[in-house]
Amino acid sequence: MTYTLEGATGTWEIVVGLEIHAQVISQSKLFSGASTLFGGEPNTQVSLIDAGFPGMLPVINHECVAQAIRTGLGLKAHINLESRFDRKNYFYADLPQGYQISQFTHPIVGSGVVEIELSDGSTRQIGVTRLHLEQDAGKLLHDQDPKRSFVDLNRAGVALMEIVSEPDIRSPEEAGAYLRKMRQILRYLGTCDGNMDEGSMRADVNVSVRKAGEPFRTRCEIKNVNSIRFVTQAIEIEAMRQIEVWESGGTVDQETRLFDPGRGETRSLRSKEDAHDYRYFPDPDLLPLVVEQSWVDELKAHLPELPDDKRARFQTEYGITAYDSGVLVAEQAMADFYESVAKGRDGKMTAAWMTGDFFAALNRTGKAIEESPVGADKLGGMLDLITDGTINGKIAKEVLETMFETGEAPLEIVERKGLRQVTDTGAIEAAADEIIAANQDKVEQYLGGKDKLFGFFVGQVMKATQGKANPAIVNDILKKKIHG
Amino acid sequence: MSLDLATTRRIAKLARIGLDDQEIETVRAQMGGILGWIEILNEVDVEGVPPMVGTSQTTALPQRQDAVTDGDRQNDVLANAPDREGPFFTVPKVVE
Amino acid sequence: MMLTDLTIAQAAEGLRKHDFTAVELTNAHVEAIGALNGRLNAYITVTADQATEAAAQADRNLAAGDAPTLTGIPLGIKDLFCTKGVRTTAASRILGDFTPPYESTVTANLLANGAVFVGKTNLDEFAMGSTNLTSAFGAVENPWRRNGDDTPLVPGGSSGGSAAAVAAHLAMGATGTDTGGSIRQPAAYCGIVGLKPTYGRCSRWGTIAFASSLDQAGPMTRTVEDAAIMLAAMAGHDAKDSTSANIAVPDYRAACGRSLKGLRVGVPAEYRAPGMSAELQAVWDRGVAMLREAGCEIVDVSLPHTKYGLATYYIIAPAEASSNLARYDGVRFGDRREGASLDELYERTRHDGFGEEVRRRILVGTYVLSAGYYDAYYLRAQKIRTLIQRDFTQAFEAADVLLTPTAPTAAFGHNEKPEDPVQMYLNDVFTVPASMAGQPALSVPVSLDSTGLPLGLQLIGRHFDEETLIAVGSALEKAADFTARPTFRAGAAA
Repeated sequence: MTYTLEGATGTWEIVVGLEIHAQVISQSKLFSGASTLFGGEPNTQVSLIDAGFPGMLPVINHECVAQAIRTGLGLKAHINLESRFDRKNYFYADLPQGYQISQFTHPIVGSGVVEIELSDGSTRQIGVTRLHLEQDAGKLLHDQDPKRSFVDLNRAGVALMEIVSEPDIRSPEEAGAYLRKMRQILRYLGTCDGNMDEGSMRADVNVSVRKAGEPFRTRCEIKNVNSIRFVTQAIEIEAMRQIEVWESGGTVDQETRLFDPGRGETRSLRSKEDAHDYRYFPDPDLLPLVVEQSWVDELKAHLPELPDDKRARFQTEYGITAYDSGVLVAEQAMADFYESVAKGRDGKMTAAWMTGDFFAALNRTGKAIEESPVGADKLGGMLDLITDGTINGKIAKEVLETMFETGEAPLEIVERKGLRQVTDTGAIEAAADEIIAANQDKVEQYLGGKDKLFGFFVGQVMKATQGKANPAIVNDILKKKIHG
Repeated sequence: MSLDLATTRRIAKLARIGLDDQEIETVRAQMGGILGWIEILNEVDVEGVPPMVGTSQTTALPQRQDAVTDGDRQNDVLANAPDREGPFFTVPKVVE
Repeated sequence: MMLTDLTIAQAAEGLRKHDFTAVELTNAHVEAIGALNGRLNAYITVTADQATEAAAQADRNLAAGDAPTLTGIPLGIKDLFCTKGVRTTAASRILGDFTPPYESTVTANLLANGAVFVGKTNLDEFAMGSTNLTSAFGAVENPWRRNGDDTPLVPGGSSGGSAAAVAAHLAMGATGTDTGGSIRQPAAYCGIVGLKPTYGRCSRWGTIAFASSLDQAGPMTRTVEDAAIMLAAMAGHDAKDSTSANIAVPDYRAACGRSLKGLRVGVPAEYRAPGMSAELQAVWDRGVAMLREAGCEIVDVSLPHTKYGLATYYIIAPAEASSNLARYDGVRFGDRREGASLDELYERTRHDGFGEEVRRRILVGTYVLSAGYYDAYYLRAQKIRTLIQRDFTQAFEAADVLLTPTAPTAAFGHNEKPEDPVQMYLNDVFTVPASMAGQPALSVPVSLDSTGLPLGLQLIGRHFDEETLIAVGSALEKAADFTARPTFRAGAAA
């Protein structure tokens, strides 16, 4: 299904490429031993290297290199055994050294690919051009003083992975799917927490438009968009703007723009663009980064199972649908939870309960699966009670709810509340007799062909036994008694 | 080699060195002289020669273990600041 | 003999024999500085109190028998090394009263070896220059004078303050840094020994960067043996400098006086530059003869890309400097000129803070890295650098060490400095190639020219083979028997 925009002169398609800046999960910064923790007191998580003091020198963090390689492997990308660090020179208040150490000509990771799935169930391959390591900048605070901006360097020097996609994205939806998929992969790999609110994942969006069959037209770069929703909005708005420019006889200039979600517009940052000439050159403080293939192999061997693989395995191993499988692997923690419940149990039943009542209860409490008051063992225990006939499905819903409230074990709840399923046929028969006697008119109707009324009798019997009767036994008894 | 004024101004701007018109002219002339002298390098055949990497016996880049060994020295970081406000450095208001 | 006339080796022995105390030794130097620094301007900052305190501690350590080699030895520290709690200026206004909360690795190594720092020595601003005329703290005077002529002369640069201090006996030794000749050339101009180690031998951590791929710290002393002693204390692997070599530091002092039998000394034809004075040629020839006499085999070698060294250097060094000096922006440390906007603050701070030569080099460096010029200048220069390095590799197949003059001329007058920057840069013509290739090199004073000024010869060695330089340098020193002393020196102030 091709996404297009209608202009006055006809149909346009859009071309989008994304540059994702993903903060690397590590204890310390890319080139210094200062902490990477978010939210510290201003300028406390700063070494004199990060602050660009005279004579300070960078030394690279081994773990950041490992994280970049893991990510590259997760993107099925080529790992460059030799890469280099360059200086990107520019002046700004958040850049203490006057340059950012980055990888310009020789990135650590080459081309890879990400598969995205769209709402109609179709999939697309989005190419990844490269991934490189670089330093994050500091933070400016503009609202503390009427005449001055304040500088906090806590974030300066934290390792970032810049992941550049090919201009393969053709709709806002695809851009959203790509970002979600990338975030999922990064989180699975444990290389970035993907938290866009805290800025640990940000995107620069390159947008252009063209008529079908045309080569690429000029693109604009929308800087630093910090949510998936804003990315999709920004693409649509920027594409419409460009279409208007082209259709009114103008030309789109290659420039950097800023997305203003409040006004629903993008605007030019051309004033900044003018002076940009980054004067990249190899950082003479750092030698080429050389990694051994054996180390890459070792990292690969220890890579966690990635979402696509896990999803496929869940389908075959547990016999669940592609849809349920997709829902369950969305988060690593969820998938792990599912597996620990489903192991040795009915996979389909587990999936149904998890994606149904369990997620609903979790949503109501507003808790993430990691903090669920009902652990995998308790949910599993509850499923076992259904399977062994201790409780029926209806009662199980009540047990689950109670578990969420009290944190008790399922059997404890069943015993305390006396919820055991009634399998005593004598008691069920007595209830059935009573109900048949009291509803002779309905019996007639049923026998006269109103099949649906059978459910009424079952319901009444269940009601009489406070829902604890074994539904299969109730069915049997009712059928025998009514049909005689 | 002669360098034009516009280029000289652009370079001074890139380097964030404020120069008045007379200084720009002096710099233009001197840089032109230096760049002209440097043109001697065009004589050298560099076909197939790799650029030098690492000044003496290149070894691979050393890597440090990932541990927090620095930071928590706010006063060291801020003590030399020419204009400091509480725990912050300051700059003239930056409008984004 | 005055205490200030001793060499480091002699003083170390005297301290251990309790002929005098470290406090006496330090005070003698501090007094000499008091008497002469007003004229020579060799020191930007004198740290007399700290020095006396450190010397007293040195005496206690000596008494306790816990005294590494340099214990109690008064040294001058080029004001490019960050010293904890002591203002560090790089001879620039832009650093203001910058007081580092850290000690550079090289100076920390010296302190750990017991050294006493008497002060921070003057230099060309950010080590950019070969005259010491570009210091924001005023020019340094060379302690030497031409015969019968009172014209103040330059000490060379950029480590001109260190060279003048050591030559005038205002320190027993001093640290220098050498990017294109900044240790060797002033050593030659001031009649002392200057050793630029192999790139990577001394850590660059905590030393204010000029050109990172070239900068290297080294000792400046009055004898080769003293240089060996100091280098042993300064050198060593440093995990904080990614370009620091993880190679064991040998016993350099043991190389002094080592036999030179069979050692091959290469004489590079290309250093016989057109216009070389007959006098300098004669000194070089004498050096060759001395080494032949000492048992060396003299071989002709070729360094075909020598003539491109200087131009290559004047691309690479400014390019790296333009980036290294971007951090001086008036925000986190140093002097600041306020501005209405961020850019205005930058532009005013950097205009007023940097001197003319530093500004010029930053601009040249910015230009050669800028869009459209990178390949033509920087990349090409790095390729030529490869060729220069290959020249040395080939020369060292035929020779174990190379002998050349250190500088094209003797020291010149403050007012004789060429106006044209390019003419000025030619001073570095003999020292730059070794810097470009990372080779270690040593300048040894050999004789006086006809006007009574010292001339030095340069030895260039294989990577990490400073020992051969020291062995050959000490032989050259012995044969040359250079005993002349400058007009201005401790106890002999004219």
